[in-house]
Amino acid sequence: MLPPFTLEQSLEKIVREEWGRILASLVKTLGDIQLAEDCLHDAVISAIKHWQKNGLPASPSAWLITTARRKAIDRLRKDKNFASKKDEIAYLLDLDNRSDEGDENAIIPDDRLEMIFTCCHPALEEKTRIALTLRTLGGLSTTEIASAFLDTPDAMQKRLTRAKKKIALTRIPYTIPDRDVLPERIFSVLRVLYLIFNEGYSAAGGESLTRTNLSDEAIRLARIVYQLLPAVTEAAGLLALLLLHDSRRLARADEDGEMIALEDQNRARWDKTKIAEGTSILEEVLPKARIGPYQLQAAISAVHAQSASWALTDWPQIATLYGLLYRIEPSPVVRINQAMAVSYASSPEDGLTLLDETAAVRKLANYQPYFVARADLQTRIGKVSDAKRNLNTAIGLTENKREKSFLIKKLHRL
Amino acid sequence: MQYMCLIYSDETTSPKPGTAEFGPYIKAYMDFTETIKNDGKFIAGDALQDVSTATTVSQRDGKVETMDGPFAETKEQLGGYYLLECTDLDEALKYAAMIPTASHGRIEVRPVQIFD
Repeated sequence: MLPPFTLEQSLEKIVREEWGRILASLVKTLGDIQLAEDCLHDAVISAIKHWQKNGLPASPSAWLITTARRKAIDRLRKDKNFASKKDEIAYLLDLDNRSDEGDENAIIPDDRLEMIFTCCHPALEEKTRIALTLRTLGGLSTTEIASAFLDTPDAMQKRLTRAKKKIALTRIPYTIPDRDVLPERIFSVLRVLYLIFNEGYSAAGGESLTRTNLSDEAIRLARIVYQLLPAVTEAAGLLALLLLHDSRRLARADEDGEMIALEDQNRARWDKTKIAEGTSILEEVLPKARIGPYQLQAAISAVHAQSASWALTDWPQIATLYGLLYRIEPSPVVRINQAMAVSYASSPEDGLTLLDETAAVRKLANYQPYFVARADLQTRIGKVSDAKRNLNTAIGLTENKREKSFLIKKLHRL
Repeated sequence: MQYMCLIYSDETTSPKPGTAEFGPYIKAYMDFTETIKNDGKFIAGDALQDVSTATTVSQRDGKVETMDGPFAETKEQLGGYYLLECTDLDEALKYAAMIPTASHGRIEVRPVQIFD
């Protein structure tokens, strides 16, 4: 049996899980992220003292928000603009009077969706959106976020402070956006979660614990958004995609942290629970026929997850899915993946033809993956000298050390 | 809250008097101004004479220095403004995007500072 949690551990767990929900509710009431954060901090400090003396309250999160609201009343009363804060104080007092009645959900209304729209507002720089989402909804500390970005805590602190100030001064609202801008705003929210996940995922195994935790955090937040926006098919698509990608976490790096290509991964190490959940979410959403890039990428990932091996993969289906994805998102990386799928579904020659067509209409002269793909296909049809030339071009375009050594090894094997 | 919408564009590529685009462009401005007046958002708004008319002054140690030209030589110059009354940034951005110059120039939106 596991030892029981210490009080600090319990508090940390509660704060971690409930931070976003409590903070969002406070922000909605107070209209100011900084003030809400300060009051919640005060409440957490009080909790350590009170809970040690009196034990855990029946509903720790209700206790925290009630205390945070009382701290807010104190802070507002001390404010030099006290007169202008009368309404807020009256409202807080009213909430305080009602807080003994009703269940926890009534005490802490769920305002996280409003909050995430604020944090992912296009008036903020993309990096700031990510940091602010991790801070306010994820409850990560400034230091944790800084280390994820390889920034100094000081620089991250400044970035967050500036963002909160901009939100307050320009009056970025805490609301669900109007219908006419809603699709692009949802897109921004989903993209932030996707980037948080990638930040964690791109760190190859073992490099840094915090970075792996970012993937978990992205999945947790994607789950919340999925629950809050059930009608948005791409929210479901994103959650499915993240779960399916994450299912390969243990298989995608060796003991030294070197990347293992999908082709060579030990599929027994894929996480079946995550695959099952991701697949079932996808199966539920695809029939709604409002397809988007996240659903398509999830579908591609699901096909891989269901295949017993690289050779037994349903390549025609993957090629079709990449073709659909290219129509929505005509980027070189999608085209190259499509060409690779086509090369397995029909022939390497057909894959090369597709790459030729793309190179004719797009500038790919500096695009490293294009040359790697060409080299790969040429190797498979015995055009070794062409393959060597393309690999050399690719190596010249690679700055990442690990990737460079990976490609050089490949070249020597030819 | 009051928001200042500063209208920036490249004067060399903006519609000019005497060209076919100029009439519809001015009409679009008149329609926009009408809309924001009807919606109760309009406080003030003007177009400026082009940047060749700009004079920049400064004062250092009691000495006034006058310079021919704008504050900064940039490709896109301030050409006009609207001062709007909006409930929040989302509303201000919605109206700013409707300013005709937004389709070829850029609109900078900033809240007016209140001293209390």
